[in-house]
Amino acid sequence: MIQPSRASIGQWLARNSWVGPLVALVALYIVFSALAPDSFPTAGNARTMVRQTTVVGIAALGMTMVVILGGIDLSVGSIVAFTTVAVAWLLQAGVPPLWAALGGVLAAAGCGLFNGALITGLRVMPFIVTLGAMGIIRGAAKGLAHEQKIDAPLSWLNDLISELPQGSRWQLLPPGVWLLIVLALVVGGVLRYTRFGRHIFAIGSNEQTARLCGVNVTRVKTLVYTLSAALAGIAGLMQFSRLTVGDPTVASGLELDVIAAVVIGGATLSGGEGSVLGSLVGAMLMTEIKTGGTHLGLSNWVQEIITGVIIIVAVALDRLRHRSAQV
Amino acid sequence: MSAPRLLIDRVSKRFGPTVALDGVCLEAAPGEVHAIVGENGAGKSTLMRVLSGAIAPDAGTIQLDGAPYHPNDPLDARLQGVAMVYQELSLAPHLTVAENILLGFEPSRRGVLRLAEMHRAAGAALARLQRAEIPLDARAGDLPVALQQLVEIARALAQADTRVLILDEPTSSLARDDVRRLFDVIAALKARGLSILYISHVLEEVQAIADRFTVLRDGRTVGSGPVRGTPASDIVRMMAGRRMDELFPRSAHAPGETLLELDGVGGAVKPASASLALRRGEVLGIGGLVGAGRTQLLRAIFGLDPIRHGTVRMAAFSGWAPPHRRLAQGMGLLSEDRKTEGLALSLSLADNVTLSKMEGMGPGGLVLPSRQHAAAARWIERLRVRCRDTRQLARELSGGSQQKLAVARLLHHDVDVFLLDEPTRGIDVGSKADIYALIDELALAGKAILIVTSYLPELLGICDRVAVMHRGRLGAARPVAELTDHSVLMEAIGQV
Repeated sequence: MIQPSRASIGQWLARNSWVGPLVALVALYIVFSALAPDSFPTAGNARTMVRQTTVVGIAALGMTMVVILGGIDLSVGSIVAFTTVAVAWLLQAGVPPLWAALGGVLAAAGCGLFNGALITGLRVMPFIVTLGAMGIIRGAAKGLAHEQKIDAPLSWLNDLISELPQGSRWQLLPPGVWLLIVLALVVGGVLRYTRFGRHIFAIGSNEQTARLCGVNVTRVKTLVYTLSAALAGIAGLMQFSRLTVGDPTVASGLELDVIAAVVIGGATLSGGEGSVLGSLVGAMLMTEIKTGGTHLGLSNWVQEIITGVIIIVAVALDRLRHRSAQV
Repeated sequence: MSAPRLLIDRVSKRFGPTVALDGVCLEAAPGEVHAIVGENGAGKSTLMRVLSGAIAPDAGTIQLDGAPYHPNDPLDARLQGVAMVYQELSLAPHLTVAENILLGFEPSRRGVLRLAEMHRAAGAALARLQRAEIPLDARAGDLPVALQQLVEIARALAQADTRVLILDEPTSSLARDDVRRLFDVIAALKARGLSILYISHVLEEVQAIADRFTVLRDGRTVGSGPVRGTPASDIVRMMAGRRMDELFPRSAHAPGETLLELDGVGGAVKPASASLALRRGEVLGIGGLVGAGRTQLLRAIFGLDPIRHGTVRMAAFSGWAPPHRRLAQGMGLLSEDRKTEGLALSLSLADNVTLSKMEGMGPGGLVLPSRQHAAAARWIERLRVRCRDTRQLARELSGGSQQKLAVARLLHHDVDVFLLDEPTRGIDVGSKADIYALIDELALAGKAILIVTSYLPELLGICDRVAVMHRGRLGAARPVAELTDHSVLMEAIGQV
């Protein structure tokens, strides 16, 4: 009889899949710092990178839950665009900023409820439903905006992820970044320490079993897609904050960046695995490559190739690690 | 006799025109292990799905300790004290042992898990199986299969008042040693007054562990009684309507020239060393324990695994060759795992049969579906595969029919050397008999057949010669007349 041995280092690594990307993040930071010692390793640059990761980071929190569940959400980019339009539209109509923001996020959550209901109700693959939703929501955003940008009166909403003004440096980071941190802690805690969170893992790991054990699969799935879309809505709010207008064409292809961040962070698209920390590290890694590349004067196309290579290498290493942990 | 724990009275269930259960009756007492046997399609799994709350019966009543029992869903069934352990292990591999045991019942306060309480409850469930040493924080997927199964049983027992435990083919993925341990666990649970419904194909197991049995055939209860005092042959006759000794046809085979010759073949890990000579017109069996390296030997011969030392000679060809070349040389392998390796389940029967050889299915290298279907239909008819037509998908067939389908591909390819890995695992008695007859026919037609099987009666029943593998080393092949159950077993565990 084989007795399970105490967790080896290999197993620890396999279980904490954020370690690898974190090592890559730090290593690349050192490389870029050595190559561009004057501009890259500065506090200002670090803050800029964090601010630029906020949109993808917040959306990645929701995507992490969806991917752990064994699903996928391709409509994230469209939801971000739709939210910027909805918020701008509400502001233009004279709604106070807080209510406009809430309205935008609520609209986004509605999109997610739509996704979740179709996926569980019609039993259509999430890839197909959200692929369709991607077009539907993008189209709805364009219709609402009459195919142009919607100008909105300036408000505090526009300062969510901008560089802090001189007088408020004590806040360390802009409010949008703090929101990202708080949301990450909440989502991470929910995944780890609540029944809902463990049920997400259970469904992604073995849906049939979860159902047999009395987990309400339909409710959990619907809720996860709704939450994911709500988080995409908050990401949309950040996007709006940066743009200051509602733009129905913004964030096209963003969903792929978000999925890439989650996958680099150690989640597997077949479900059951993934972590908030890993996804955030994945998102940071992609920003770091873009920023570092710019500092080194690398062309955009080079940065894109590097990012693509990182995605494949990250997942390939992940597979290797799993294989070595099994023996 | 005390009042029955579980009383099933004339339960019926139909799916459209198909009658799955037709007035099934069953009675199980507290502290009783009740075996439910029957061929595939006899209604066992439908009955289990009714009991576990997955489906509701059309007619009939079920009573649990005298009270009506009509579960709405599996959760409801568990709450009422009926828990099921499924044949295909149904753990969530990414969750920990503790999380799996309490899945769906996690102790929590306002949705937040109470981790200490989880540990205590899961630990208590394992302790009830006397297996408290299984680490609660290990990922379930990292455990060996036998321990995973214990975790599943622990899950079934985590509910305070589980009264009926249903085990569906619990030994199908276990090694012999683990089967014995499982039986110890079952005996302990029985002593605590649980009723255990034990579903199995393996009559030896039923005789070893069960107190009473019920035989299902075509959705009906055809027999029931105490296991002690009922000869196995009687049970088989009830299951199949035929006698056990009629299962194994025994024609005199006339072995011809040697087709396959192994000399000291060793793989990466297993086998360590294997030598044999397989001749035309003979059936050569390889016995041994699960994990001895028998499957790896077949895989190495067929070119799926590397060969590190030794030589393989196949007809006029020498040395290792990849599967496509082996097929060209006239060798075919039947995988032990028909669902993931043996068949393309989402393709039609015709596609599955013709998958390895599509030459001559149309002019100029084209593959015409009509010719595929014609070619497949021939073998399907010959093997009596139960199906609608050759357009049906492989996944819709029963286990026995799927296995015949996998064999049909080798026949269509017209190989000379058949490597058969557990050709009758998990299939019904009727299909088994058909496959035995076919193997006999092939040997008479001058084919060479190498069989790996863990089922002793089969090994001794259909093989001309038998070699036993122990820890990767293959012993000498001996005529089956010189062997007994006992001698094969002793050699398998290394006591020679």
